[in-house]
Amino acid sequence: MASRTLYSQRDPALKKRDDFEDILEERRNSSDLKYALKCYMPVLYKGVTPCKPSMIKTMVLQSEQLRYVVTELSKETGEATEVIQGEALAILEEMAHKLHLGTVRFFAYMLNKAFKVLYQRIRVNEDGIQRLQQAIQEHPLVLLPSHRSYMDFLIVSYLLYTNDLALPVIAAGMDFLGMKFVGEMLRMSGAFFIRRSFGGDRLYWAVFSEYVKTILRNGYAPIEFFLEGTRSRTCKSLTPKVGLLSIAMEPFFKGEVFDVSMVPISISYERVLEEALYARELLGVPKPKESTSGLLKARRILSEDYGNIHVYFGQPVSLRSLAQGRINRSQYNLMPRHISRRPGEDVQVFVNDVAYKMVRLQEESMVLRPWVLVATILLQNPHGVEAVWLAEQTAWLRGLAQAFGAFLDWPDHISASRAVASGLALHPNLVRAERGRVRLATEPKGPGARAPEEDLFNHAVTVLSCASYRNQVLHVFLRPALLAMAMDVAPTSRKDDVYSCFGYLRDVFSNEFILCPGAEVQDFDEACFLLTKCSAIQILKQDIVATERGRPTLSFLSAMFQPFLLGYQVVCRYLCEEVAESLPEKSYVAGVRSYAVKRILSGELACLEVLSSDLQKNVLAALLRMGALRKSKAGELVTLRVNKSAINTIENTLGGRVSTQKPVLARL
Amino acid sequence: MASSGHGSGRQEAADRRLRLIAGHLHPRIAASECKAEAAESDPVRAKTVPKRRQEVMKWNGWGYSDSRFLFNKKGQAEFTGRRYRLGGLIFPSLKDWFESTFGANLQHKSPPTAALNSSAITPPNLNEPFLQDLKSMGIPHSLEAEDRVFRAHGHCLHEIFALREGRFGRLPDMVVWPNCHDDVVKIVELACQHNACLIPYGGGTSVSSALECPPDEMRSIVSLDTSQMNHILWIDEKNLTAHVEAGIVGQELERLLNESGFCTGHEPDSMEFSTLGGWVATRASGMKKNIYGNIEDLVVHIKMVTPRGVVEKSCQVPRMSTGPDIHHFIMGSEGTLGVVTEVTLKIRPLPEYQKYGSVVFPNFEQGVACLREVAKQRCAPASIRLMDNAQFQFGHALKPQVSSIFTSFLDGLKKFYITKFKGFDTHRLCVATLLFEGDREKVLQHEKQVYDIAAKFGGLAAGEDNGQRGYMLTFVIAYLRDLGMDYYVIGESFETSVPWDRVLDLCRNVKERITRECKERGVQFPPMSTCRVTQTYDAGACVYFYFAFNYRGLADPVHVYEQVEHAAREEILANGGSLSHHHGGMALHDEGSRWGTSAGIWAGARIRF
Repeated sequence: MASRTLYSQRDPALKKRDDFEDILEERRNSSDLKYALKCYMPVLYKGVTPCKPSMIKTMVLQSEQLRYVVTELSKETGEATEVIQGEALAILEEMAHKLHLGTVRFFAYMLNKAFKVLYQRIRVNEDGIQRLQQAIQEHPLVLLPSHRSYMDFLIVSYLLYTNDLALPVIAAGMDFLGMKFVGEMLRMSGAFFIRRSFGGDRLYWAVFSEYVKTILRNGYAPIEFFLEGTRSRTCKSLTPKVGLLSIAMEPFFKGEVFDVSMVPISISYERVLEEALYARELLGVPKPKESTSGLLKARRILSEDYGNIHVYFGQPVSLRSLAQGRINRSQYNLMPRHISRRPGEDVQVFVNDVAYKMVRLQEESMVLRPWVLVATILLQNPHGVEAVWLAEQTAWLRGLAQAFGAFLDWPDHISASRAVASGLALHPNLVRAERGRVRLATEPKGPGARAPEEDLFNHAVTVLSCASYRNQVLHVFLRPALLAMAMDVAPTSRKDDVYSCFGYLRDVFSNEFILCPGAEVQDFDEACFLLTKCSAIQILKQDIVATERGRPTLSFLSAMFQPFLLGYQVVCRYLCEEVAESLPEKSYVAGVRSYAVKRILSGELACLEVLSSDLQKNVLAALLRMGALRKSKAGELVTLRVNKSAINTIENTLGGRVSTQKPVLARL
Repeated sequence: MASSGHGSGRQEAADRRLRLIAGHLHPRIAASECKAEAAESDPVRAKTVPKRRQEVMKWNGWGYSDSRFLFNKKGQAEFTGRRYRLGGLIFPSLKDWFESTFGANLQHKSPPTAALNSSAITPPNLNEPFLQDLKSMGIPHSLEAEDRVFRAHGHCLHEIFALREGRFGRLPDMVVWPNCHDDVVKIVELACQHNACLIPYGGGTSVSSALECPPDEMRSIVSLDTSQMNHILWIDEKNLTAHVEAGIVGQELERLLNESGFCTGHEPDSMEFSTLGGWVATRASGMKKNIYGNIEDLVVHIKMVTPRGVVEKSCQVPRMSTGPDIHHFIMGSEGTLGVVTEVTLKIRPLPEYQKYGSVVFPNFEQGVACLREVAKQRCAPASIRLMDNAQFQFGHALKPQVSSIFTSFLDGLKKFYITKFKGFDTHRLCVATLLFEGDREKVLQHEKQVYDIAAKFGGLAAGEDNGQRGYMLTFVIAYLRDLGMDYYVIGESFETSVPWDRVLDLCRNVKERITRECKERGVQFPPMSTCRVTQTYDAGACVYFYFAFNYRGLADPVHVYEQVEHAAREEILANGGSLSHHHGGMALHDEGSRWGTSAGIWAGARIRF
């Protein structure tokens, strides 16, 4: 793509979005029981006759696909087909949902009660619901919600039930089944359970994929799953997993359905239920010991205010139109369709691209509350700020975010100081406002002599919780910030130097943020466009230069991502300084953590976010990808072999000490 | 019509079928006997298609000039002429069907230009030396505008649409009528010698654009009309073969063989007008291929004149294993390699008994499952076709006015039985039409076997009438297209072959794609997009699509049509179907390289003889 596209770039600030309506309001004024027992007659896909869960199981067991795999396995292992068929049945029993309307009604009743206490409002875009209703009738449907809380499971089904739409069948991790009672309840409200890993198990794979495809092909119910695979502990979208998505696409590729609609759903919480738990989990700290029983714990949760939930049902995306011109479906013509085979290169790349696209769509429609901006500013000023300055700064940031296309829920008539105040009020555990100053809350030193580590971790919990709010807005600023950072580290202001630094940073951080593979040029153009639009930079013939007015913007953007830059450097330094040649993979996180703690306590390092195991794991993945680390397996033990010079280069480049060695791309 | 006395069952059956599609007489136009043939014992001569075809046939539509559908003053559909059994009949429900299916209106007419305006036609680009030599050989020819226009097109939608609007592209510059193989040899030699272009022309029923003259062709284009080469040269009863000139029209071939007690059994839907040479050149398929085979199964010997000489095998044998079969280069070459002049075909004794039948299924899925089972058991009748619901409705709209109250009462009763008693949904049910052929006892036995299988898939026998009407639809569909074009409705058919397990998916996806593409391209009313499984094989089936829409409000309907058809073919390929089962279309294969079919090799390969 030529850089001309810069001028045809669509302005993200002009994006049109639907309005929200609060659905709790109606619930507060009417009977929960009546609601739970309401007449539920959802519209179905092309008037398909509803199918009992047991029927689906029979269909799966009798499918050619499964029978073929069973016969193959029986030939290989010498075991009787009946035995393997029996195993398949067992897998299916463990996996399959048992959607039961009574249970759904019970859940609806309970959730109603809980939601009314926990949340001020649950706001949903009505237009999205309307579109969904249309889409359900036309094509088999895949629902793709973002995943930041256990609540996500419940809330989508709750909303669909409320709006008289077909209840989805939801892919859930097997870990839920550990909670015996809850697991079965979820199963009866439409969840089906898959093992976290089953790489080599062909039978499991066959049963699982056939189960999903049977439901999808016949359009019995919308399929819902989480592209991110697991709850994001950081409120940052996770790199999508493509396994389930590629299964869901197969019926289309093989011509078994005309099209599949994929609906991204963005669920944003003003305050996540698991907030503190996540931070502790990231720090590897065990949950605080509670003297009270679990019941009391639950009651404590119920007594707090969790603000608003926004659920945005995105525009259904037609798989057929995405695949048009990209996938040659006739590649499936040369083999019977019930024999599954590894998808071709083009299909794999396509599925991956679609997964990224869908996560980006989720991100774009995440509703951001003013508090997110406040948290962003506070994190850059750990020692506290004047309340007045905070309000001004928040208002400024609001403008910037809006120019970059953020989906802010900040009505015009609310002044900055009011918005800040309401944010602070909702998060008393994270911030303190005293005598006109606002700062992050740190536990006052207790009477007992506590170890400095303990203090540090307590503080880190606050910082990481706060960071999880800032993280929600990162996707808005990511590309311009990468450009700002690239301008910092680039040796000259020449366009190609900046571009290659941009590309390098983008590559390093591609495990950390959602950066579509192969979209360097678009991302760069977008960053240039946005920063030019807010007159932070000027693009000259040869160079990209910061304007005088734009310097604060650029340094703010760089500072916003500074923790990540530092984090990656710290890990690199750890690997260079503390590790001889190799280390066991298991001890990696603990090693990085203790190294970081040492550096922080000694005052060399101020950034507490380095302690996040999420960040540490992302660095690991990035270094592996870039070949600076190599995995080797000896039996059970996985060791990481360190390529010190490569790691040194990465560290130096991130620190801006050495020019990037990537070849300059010809396009500039 | 041959009425050789005794009204035996088998004669009657054969006649009935022939009357359905033919039953007309042409004025015989004397053609000079081919000198080469003069010495031979008198060959069996078919009724000749006149050189001036426009005298009996439409120049801008399908079939005979006197046979057409129209809406009469009362707004009822009727079919004119006396050639067909349908002649003079009224079709009371066609109007309602037509208006509700297409959103068309009898007030909105789109009539064709009335007459061929010869002065609007560019004068021929003549190759004088060629013409002189031709004259000296005494081979008949014509330079007249009307003759040239008639041979400048097949029956693709865009070709007919242009004719109706009075638009002409590049025309052949002259028409020649060889009388025999030797004439063709001479003509081809002359063309080589004088650098002229030859386009072989048989029945002119091509739907693959094969008759279109390349607009940028600078040489003189000569249309080689084979219509005068229409003799059955000999019949060999011991080996059951007949040697026939390639210009013979299907219905004549069948009629003449019937007179001797034989048939070929090859009945493509176009058999009233298409020729033997055309069948060979396009790898044709006949409706009754289950008994008689497709053209590649019927052909024993082919004589073809190419620029490098005559190609033929030295023997008339059922099979050979010396290298690739040269016949398979010729069949499907669509006139690009040479002119097929004579063909030896297998023949069969006329069947004793013929019976139509039909089965109603609750839905298309069940119907396909039944056809698959029939194919699996290899007990397919001469013809078995499964129409989807839309096509069933279409066929229903062609029910002629019933003469007695009793029949209409019976119809009502049947409908009541199927919909109310058996619980079939009139918007989902579909119909299979059947044609059995053979000796009486075996036919009845066969019939029972097929109905028993059908019953397992929920099928109910629905009588002979429905079956017969189903087959009638395929013969009058081209006449109906002309009617549609009078009222802003354009359409065409296309077909594919597909493995059994993909039949349902392909039908659904292609129909839906058509509907969707029409909508996206601004077609105001939902199109008619319907299909039938029209042939069964061991490993798959042939599916036939009709696609038509109301083009009011579109600036360039033909372009829209072509885009949609292109999309539909793309969808067919994506769903595991072929570009064509029997229509042919090397023009499509030019796109084939893009579409990645192996047929693309034709474009590049140069086969030398």
